[in-house]
Amino acid sequence: MLRVENLHSGYGRIQALHGIDVQVPEGEIVTLIGANGAGKTTLLMTICGNPRATAGRVLLDGQDITRLPTHRIARLGLAHSPEGRRIFPRMSVHENLQMGAVVADSRHQADDLERVLALFPRLKERLNQRGGTLSGGEQQMLAIGRALMSRPRILLLDEPSLGLAPLVVRHIFDLIARINREQKVTVFLVEQNAFHALKLAHRGYVLVNGRVMLSGSGAELLNNPDIRSHYLEGGGAA
Amino acid sequence: MAGAVLAGALREALAAAVVAAGLALPLLGFRLVDSSQGLSLGTRLDWVAWAALAVGLGRFLLTLSRRLRPASPRHRPSAGAVPAQADRLRPWAGWALAGLAVTLPFLPFADRNLVDKATLVLIYVMLGWGLNIVVGLAGLLDLGFVAFYAVGAYSYALLSTGLGWSFWICLPLAGLFAAGFGVALGFPVLRLRGDYLAIVTLGFGEIVRVVLQNWQDLTGGPNGISAIPRPTLFGLRFAANAPEGHRTFADFFGLPFSGEHRVIFLYFVILGLALLTNLFTLRIRRLPVGRAWEALREDEIACRSLGLNPTNIKLSAFALGAMFAGFAGSFFATRQGFISPESFTFIESAVILAIVVLGGMGSQIGVVLAALLLVGLPEWFRDLQQYRMLAFGGAMVLIMLWKPSGLLSDRSPTIRLGDRR
Ligand SMILES: Nc1ncnc2c1ncn2[C@@H]1O[C@H](COP(=O)(O)OP(=O)(O)OP(=O)(O)O)[C@@H](O)[C@H]1O
Ligand SMILES: [Mg+2]
Repeated sequence: MLRVENLHSGYGRIQALHGIDVQVPEGEIVTLIGANGAGKTTLLMTICGNPRATAGRVLLDGQDITRLPTHRIARLGLAHSPEGRRIFPRMSVHENLQMGAVVADSRHQADDLERVLALFPRLKERLNQRGGTLSGGEQQMLAIGRALMSRPRILLLDEPSLGLAPLVVRHIFDLIARINREQKVTVFLVEQNAFHALKLAHRGYVLVNGRVMLSGSGAELLNNPDIRSHYLEGGGAA
Repeated sequence: MAGAVLAGALREALAAAVVAAGLALPLLGFRLVDSSQGLSLGTRLDWVAWAALAVGLGRFLLTLSRRLRPASPRHRPSAGAVPAQADRLRPWAGWALAGLAVTLPFLPFADRNLVDKATLVLIYVMLGWGLNIVVGLAGLLDLGFVAFYAVGAYSYALLSTGLGWSFWICLPLAGLFAAGFGVALGFPVLRLRGDYLAIVTLGFGEIVRVVLQNWQDLTGGPNGISAIPRPTLFGLRFAANAPEGHRTFADFFGLPFSGEHRVIFLYFVILGLALLTNLFTLRIRRLPVGRAWEALREDEIACRSLGLNPTNIKLSAFALGAMFAGFAGSFFATRQGFISPESFTFIESAVILAIVVLGGMGSQIGVVLAALLLVGLPEWFRDLQQYRMLAFGGAMVLIMLWKPSGLLSDRSPTIRLGDRR
């Protein structure tokens, strides 16, 4: 459903992506792992049109979206939960969720809210609380919930486990699997937390310095000795 | 312990006094003396000493009171759930203020002078509410807001004196013109952020004023435009006698003619306009576009990835704010009967911005309080003459010390559990 072909991108003179090929088939969870500065965030941002790709193409359901402005891409059923959550801190949880629904048909809004709150009961208890005062895990739930409010067909998640306690990380990943299974949302997940993210994934990619070094099914990558030594045991110590 | 605090406070006070003396020397220390031998330079070193003493003493007391009292929780930014009590009081205060405003001209102590001053305050309330959309909600720092006020004022003045159109026809047109200017300015500059946007809008404000000053044929240049017609009430005039084919207000209602009728009428016109602005803002904050303004102020990248087009959102805020300034401008023109570029200097933009910031950025009632304070009080204390601006500055300093984030800075959510619409 999402296809990235030979994508080059960067910031001014700095090139961060050197020809990336990634495929995210419909209904699957695809995980991309990579160390700090590998270009994971840049890849997601470039898919969303900011920064612009310098070469290559991004196809969504066969439609070329490489040159579309970010807000138009979001209207094609692609939701992006950016790095660092970026919830609206002064607005209440309820308002944050409503902001996620701006591109959706407003007739569904009540249903969508119900659906998202069923997934995240903790948010339901905190609807009137300011977004900025939620705990880190709750903020992450809010960021994902907000992205789901637009009824996306594909969800791009940038490091949802960032800064969360192991137990909360597990919970978030369980929820991601549920979203994929129950709501039939395709997920493209970018993570440093390779173990959990690959366990969940149908398919995985490993990004090193702006290039895809390895790809395969989630289980394959989990058992790959290189991956084990670089990303799983002791995190890059080898 | 106490000795250390005292010594620290003294040291700070001394430093503040030295800075004050340094600033006061060029500002207050010299004066031109006009004597029979011509102009000569005199000194006023005693004034410098007084200024340094006052600042030093103020700083001393402030430091002392801060150190002796443990930091009060008031200085922490408000966090947690939305404060429930203030929230319940706020609408009440709003209704009470609105009620007072409506009955004001009929209260026993309300004379012509008071109503006139209240009218002036209301102009600034309306301007503040307009700018609040741009600065308070959308977070776009606009230092040239007075330009749209000027566009509104000149639109009405030119249309009414040139084509003889009535106030009620020109009012929406003036708003539209100003909004058009907002869009025209907004397109090129809204991609700028923060400080850059502030500087460009500042420049724009000045450009508009300079154009008004120099386009003699159209605007009358520095002489301005005079004999701007007054508004009518459904064609009824507020004058001692009406020209052929028209009637006066007093005549129609069988009242003896009084100059007060017009003052009160103008008061109600601006009150209506201001309340309209307020209702509009309160309503639009609950609509997707209004929420988008606030969201954009908080995080532009998040807005984009949610499918919002930042340019359009900013333009809409800019244009709507400008439209209300345009309304206020045409009211100003009709009230004064005379306008010139003098009325639209940068200081006006600064005062309007101060009202919004002091009111607490985004708070509607805060704007009213701040306008009363910044426009109403100085009018009241005209007797203080040259000390007026000094008192103004002093009040600002005190407010910033006492309420660093504005008079009413708690934002209440636009939607709560239980009022699902
Ligand atoms: N706005 C920017 N301007 C210039 N260079 C940037 C910018 N953002 C990222 N980079 C550079 O691009 C490269 C890739 O960064 P990116 O943020 O995509 O890494 P990442 O894989 O997401 O890392 P992390 O796991 O730490 O989030 C880095 O070398 C980074 O320094
Ligand atoms: Mg990143």
